[in-house]
Amino acid sequence: MPLTSKKDNQETNSPKSSSTNKLITMIQVTNLSKKYNGTTVLKIDNLEIKKGESFGLVGNNGAGKTTFFSLLLDLIQPSTGQIVNNNVQVNTSEAWKPFTASFLDESFLIGYLTPEEYFYFIGDLRGQNKADVDALLAKHEEFFNGEILKNKKYLRDLSKGNQKKVGIIATLIGNPEVIILDEPFANLDPTTQFRLKKIIKELADNPDVTVLVSSHDLLHTVEVSDRIVALNKGEVVKDIQTSAETLQELEQFFAV
Amino acid sequence: MIKKFLYLEWKAFFRSASFSTNMALKILMGFVAAYFIVVFLALGIGVFFILKKQNLDPIVTINKFMIYYIIFDLVFRLMLQKIPVMNIRPLLIFPIKKSTIVHFSLGKTALSIFNIIHAFFLIPFSVVLIIEGYDPLSVVLWFLAIYSLLFINNFTNIILSNKDNLFSIFLVVAGVLGALHYFDYFNITTYTAPFFDAIFNTYWAAAIPIVALAVLYYTTFQFFKKNLYLDAGLSQKQDEAKTEDLGWLNQFGTIGTFLKNDIKLIKRNKRSKTTVGLSVMFLFYGFLFFTNAIEVYNNPYMHIFAGIFVSGGFLITFGQFVPSWDSAYYQLMMTQNIPYKGYLSSKWWLMVIATIITTCLASFYLYFGWETYLTIVVGGIYNIGVNSQLVLLGGAYTKTPIDLSSGKGAFGDKKAFNFKTMLISLPQLGLPILLYWIGVKLDGPTVGLALVAGVGVLGLALKSTAFKQIEKIYKSEKYATIAAYKQKG
Repeated sequence: MPLTSKKDNQETNSPKSSSTNKLITMIQVTNLSKKYNGTTVLKIDNLEIKKGESFGLVGNNGAGKTTFFSLLLDLIQPSTGQIVNNNVQVNTSEAWKPFTASFLDESFLIGYLTPEEYFYFIGDLRGQNKADVDALLAKHEEFFNGEILKNKKYLRDLSKGNQKKVGIIATLIGNPEVIILDEPFANLDPTTQFRLKKIIKELADNPDVTVLVSSHDLLHTVEVSDRIVALNKGEVVKDIQTSAETLQELEQFFAV
Repeated sequence: MIKKFLYLEWKAFFRSASFSTNMALKILMGFVAAYFIVVFLALGIGVFFILKKQNLDPIVTINKFMIYYIIFDLVFRLMLQKIPVMNIRPLLIFPIKKSTIVHFSLGKTALSIFNIIHAFFLIPFSVVLIIEGYDPLSVVLWFLAIYSLLFINNFTNIILSNKDNLFSIFLVVAGVLGALHYFDYFNITTYTAPFFDAIFNTYWAAAIPIVALAVLYYTTFQFFKKNLYLDAGLSQKQDEAKTEDLGWLNQFGTIGTFLKNDIKLIKRNKRSKTTVGLSVMFLFYGFLFFTNAIEVYNNPYMHIFAGIFVSGGFLITFGQFVPSWDSAYYQLMMTQNIPYKGYLSSKWWLMVIATIITTCLASFYLYFGWETYLTIVVGGIYNIGVNSQLVLLGGAYTKTPIDLSSGKGAFGDKKAFNFKTMLISLPQLGLPILLYWIGVKLDGPTVGLALVAGVGVLGLALKSTAFKQIEKIYKSEKYATIAAYKQKG
């Protein structure tokens, strides 16, 4: 699939290999559905996400965004169908875990740890030593805005926005190939939203990293994703490569 | 308005996660409650005649020991009684008077089983007194005064619920007073008995506790009303955080990573700290068995029981709630690159290390002779070999989320320990006693002990096989567990 939306300066930054990578399927969704008491909350017959793609998921409340991510992370069981993540069927094997990182909500944080301890813990689990983690943290010092590290606070005592910052950066530990962020822009202040966009764009430029982001905010999603899928009542209603007109198209769709 | 609150309470009760999943446990707890009610009733009716038979004046004797009754009541409340949590935060912005909210929250505590249970003792006792020809008015006043004292305990418990581990202090106070009394150094009852006697013998003294109760209720009411703010009584206490490395655990690989986490979990959360405090108390539980304090306890079968308890306090109180300790971030655990085996092994090691430490600490039981300590060591071996795996197995089905950050201010749910913990562990205690009994029947006590220890060693030998099975169960229970943990409270 051709890449149409990347801004010129990014285009030049991306290595050539990105175009070949794009042909490899990273995540394959087949006949997936999730029912609760007879009500179908998610039904995706076929969805392919390519390696290196920056995938944006938009939709109203209850559209099935979090349900999709939870299925992708094997946190809930599909009623039918399956998701294959890099040739690993997620609900039968656990081999997707080493290369997949995610942050869905605060329940991914360990409240009684300090941010540093949390990062090192995740680092330990992902085979990173302290120095690796420290290097990553140093790189994102700006994103933390001095409110996270060495603050003598446990994660449970941080504000929602600051908790989110910790969770997002923790997903970057250990160079995962698939990064899943549910509503990463919610609860963040404008400056941090801006910085987060920069981080996600950087990830998107890496041909080996597939980023999945969901959001209510059409503008943010359009800015960071090169492909946008809109869900409505559990079904894919739009699947578009981002272009100059995408935002308008989406706004029209959701302005009911 | 009260009707609306009751409606909310009703819904909260019947819709809680634990209610629907643990019906069997609820029924079991109902039986336990019935048992205590019967015991108290029997005591209430019978104690008068028992004391009479021993040529003691019933009311004087009861009054004499009333101080202990009241202190122990307070200790039990501090330890066990939950402060009922009504979801107060959402109510604050509605047109409900603050005083109504507080009155209801406090009034609700009055209906606690910890208050009602005493009625089963005090009412029959009072009735017997009246039948036996004591002045009815005196008896009624005495009854009211004693009940006021118990309610004073109730509200004291609420006010003190912010403080850590107070119950242990009160327990020590009660223990020291009891010991001084027992060894005739200092008898507190000589100072308190006249007070309780006065309640009975004069018409005015009963007013003291009743007035005190009214004052205390008013104070508690004012205290909570004043603190009914998000940044006061309803706020979360923030501790100053200290980053700890615990680098020496790195040498244990994945298990070390989890152990580091578990140690922090225990150190930094009130609930887990209380649990550790309780397991220390279990360490001294054996005194009840090995001294002649309670005669029916002092036989070899009960000694095995005590051996399990003394060495396995931590295992029983902490292990019971694996993996619920991690319930708040279970989703994280399930998406990380974590082998279940490593996760479970680290919990297992934690329990084993704790059991070994407790068994060593329990060496002071050598005072009662080496056979006694041997029983505890055998209990320790059995705990390490068998019970450590049984609690992990049970944990796969324990789907009650634990709110670690339960330090949610004055109205927060503070109490860590609950009845269920005890009940689930009962089967684990039955088996070693049975084994011992078989051993004794075969060839005497030594064989009995050897049999219990042998099964423990066998369990240890089969650990890797058992762990594979446990791991499987955890995996199959994964989705249900995640769903249950998502439901708070």
